[in-house]
Amino acid sequence: MKGKNNGKPLEARKASPLVVSLSAVFLGIVAGCVFILCIGKNPFAGFERILFGALSNTRRIGNTLGMSTQLILIGLSVAFAFKTGLFNIGASGQMLMGGITGSILAYYLPMDMPRFIYLPIIIIAAMLAGAFWGFISGFLKAKFNVHEVVSTIMLNWIAYWICYDFIPRFIIDPTISVKSKPIETVHTLRADWLTELTGFSTLNYGFLLSIIMCVIVWFILQKTTLGFNLKAVGSNRFCAEYAGIKVNRSIMVSMAIAGALASLGGLTYYCGYSNIMEMGKMPNEGFDGIAVALLGNCSPVGIFFSAIFFGILKMGRGSLAATGIPTEIADTIIATIIYFTATNVILASFWNGIFHRSFSRKEDAVLAYMKSRNDNTPVEKLTKEEFRLYAKEGKALAKAEKEGK
Amino acid sequence: MGFWSVLTSIIPSAIAYTIPILMGALGGLYSERSGVTNLCIEGLMLFGVFSAAATIVKLQAIPGFSFTLAIVIGIAVAMIASTLLSLLHAFAAINLKANQVISGTAINMLSTAVSLFLAQTITGSGNITIVRAIVRQNVPVLSKIPLLGPLFFTSTYWTTWVCLFIWALSWFLLYKTSFGLRLRACGEHPSAVASAGVNVHRMRYIGVMLSGFLSGLGGACILVTYAGEYNAGSGINGLGFLAIAALIFGQWKPLGILGSTFFFGLCMTIANMGKVFPVFQNIPTGYLGMFPYVATLIALIFSSRKSAAPLASGEPF
Repeated sequence: MKGKNNGKPLEARKASPLVVSLSAVFLGIVAGCVFILCIGKNPFAGFERILFGALSNTRRIGNTLGMSTQLILIGLSVAFAFKTGLFNIGASGQMLMGGITGSILAYYLPMDMPRFIYLPIIIIAAMLAGAFWGFISGFLKAKFNVHEVVSTIMLNWIAYWICYDFIPRFIIDPTISVKSKPIETVHTLRADWLTELTGFSTLNYGFLLSIIMCVIVWFILQKTTLGFNLKAVGSNRFCAEYAGIKVNRSIMVSMAIAGALASLGGLTYYCGYSNIMEMGKMPNEGFDGIAVALLGNCSPVGIFFSAIFFGILKMGRGSLAATGIPTEIADTIIATIIYFTATNVILASFWNGIFHRSFSRKEDAVLAYMKSRNDNTPVEKLTKEEFRLYAKEGKALAKAEKEGK
Repeated sequence: MGFWSVLTSIIPSAIAYTIPILMGALGGLYSERSGVTNLCIEGLMLFGVFSAAATIVKLQAIPGFSFTLAIVIGIAVAMIASTLLSLLHAFAAINLKANQVISGTAINMLSTAVSLFLAQTITGSGNITIVRAIVRQNVPVLSKIPLLGPLFFTSTYWTTWVCLFIWALSWFLLYKTSFGLRLRACGEHPSAVASAGVNVHRMRYIGVMLSGFLSGLGGACILVTYAGEYNAGSGINGLGFLAIAALIFGQWKPLGILGSTFFFGLCMTIANMGKVFPVFQNIPTGYLGMFPYVATLIALIFSSRKSAAPLASGEPF
């Protein structure tokens, strides 16, 4: 009998991360409905408008994907740091650094430069700027034990003031003195074929870059020694240190890579999606990226889909104006979803409870069926198929037994 | 402008900036000393700003309603609202044993989104500006003292004195009463406290709720003293995180945070009043603006190495 089920006894299913994430989304949407009801509006009309605004034609779908682009990259950034046990809430600042680097280069590099040389230059320059910005937090954490949450927030505001200083100094639009001059289309990440394909939306090469980055991050984390070391530091710092992994180096490398990913997100945002930078504006996307990473369970595939979900929320809210619901409902839903993913213990135990109850009901049925056939094989030794079959057959028997009592 | 006159204009303003950070840091102190990492001071303070602004605007619109009474009620409402919001963090951190850093971040985002959402429904825009804030007054006798009088007792807000009183009371509560001893012990060795018959969960709830209460007060102080408006765009500019940094810099001690928050208050003054003084006129706004944050980072470098953080802070019990 040994060897069946790989030697593992049959037991109740465990709640998978997907089930927990979907429950968090469900609760977030319920909370959104409650808020809309509180101000006396119709929640279904609201969600219908959100879906309409995000997906009703190719241009809107293109815009939604354009918005999802930076969310994917920032989600990857947060997730990458999270795997090393670090919480990167400085994605906003890293985005600004990537954006300002890209914008300044776009402004000053010659217009007749071939694109296949130009694009790699701004991508690499922006990633280096963000990597440096992330590295500062990692360095402070490794060498001086400065909590990365506080240091990244401080770096966010420092980046904010750097942009406040650099925009008027280098790239100001003289007619509107608080915004930068829009970048010429040839110097953005936009591509003619993508723009035409989606009816002149904001979709750009960044979307392809973000898919490539998903693959690269998956590869680094799953297939390389570097990824193994980083994850080891994340799951138990002291154990990793004992095993000879250089913990301080891992922290710095992880933050630098996270910074590079976030600043690439900033580049796609400021030199592809919007093409201008505003003075005195902290990008909200840096914080939405936390929601993306947590909802996607920090896996690249999960991040891709959760980013598209948040992209729909963020693009679709623009159409809410007609219903009189404030557009901030989208941010409220996002924040509620993070709260519920943080408290995933209660969601997981809720589902585990349900699975456990249904399993024990099936177990009763199996026992009743086997009793009726005088089969004395212990339940643990049954295969999955036998278990399912017996449970089906014994359902009526178990019910009759219960009623008999 | 002589050195003395610069000093007499900087110090009162620095005190005004210090008080909200002090209240936020003191709130963080209660929470962390009871063993719950609290990174949502920013969100709690912002919610305080918003709820005070909404209340005061509604009350001051009533003809004949006393402005001062409206401000007092606004502050009280802010304290209650932030306490309620902090309960969400307490529930997640204490009962559900959630990751406290993530839960705190969620509260920050929730506070930003919900307050803006409500502000839009109340006033139709992202800003709420109150009609009149607290009027600065000289303290009757003390302002006549030479040297100290002009620095500390002229053109002060009455909230400053309330907050300083709360700070002194907190010191007494934490170090001279059995309640304080138990609260601090919950943050160091919760199991030891539990075996002595103290309800650790209840103490931690009190710690987190006090942090909400004080952060709400801090937020209301921002509104009724120097800001005068709730602005969704800039929020409170990371002041809540400065409070957490001040808590670390002040080594989780009441006297320490009084010193460190005054240091940050001074930095904020330099950043905001730079244009007024000829000394700073040649420095661009951007560099002055980032000054408090750079100073915070440098302060953290020197204070984080030898950290006196409560041992069990962030550990679920």
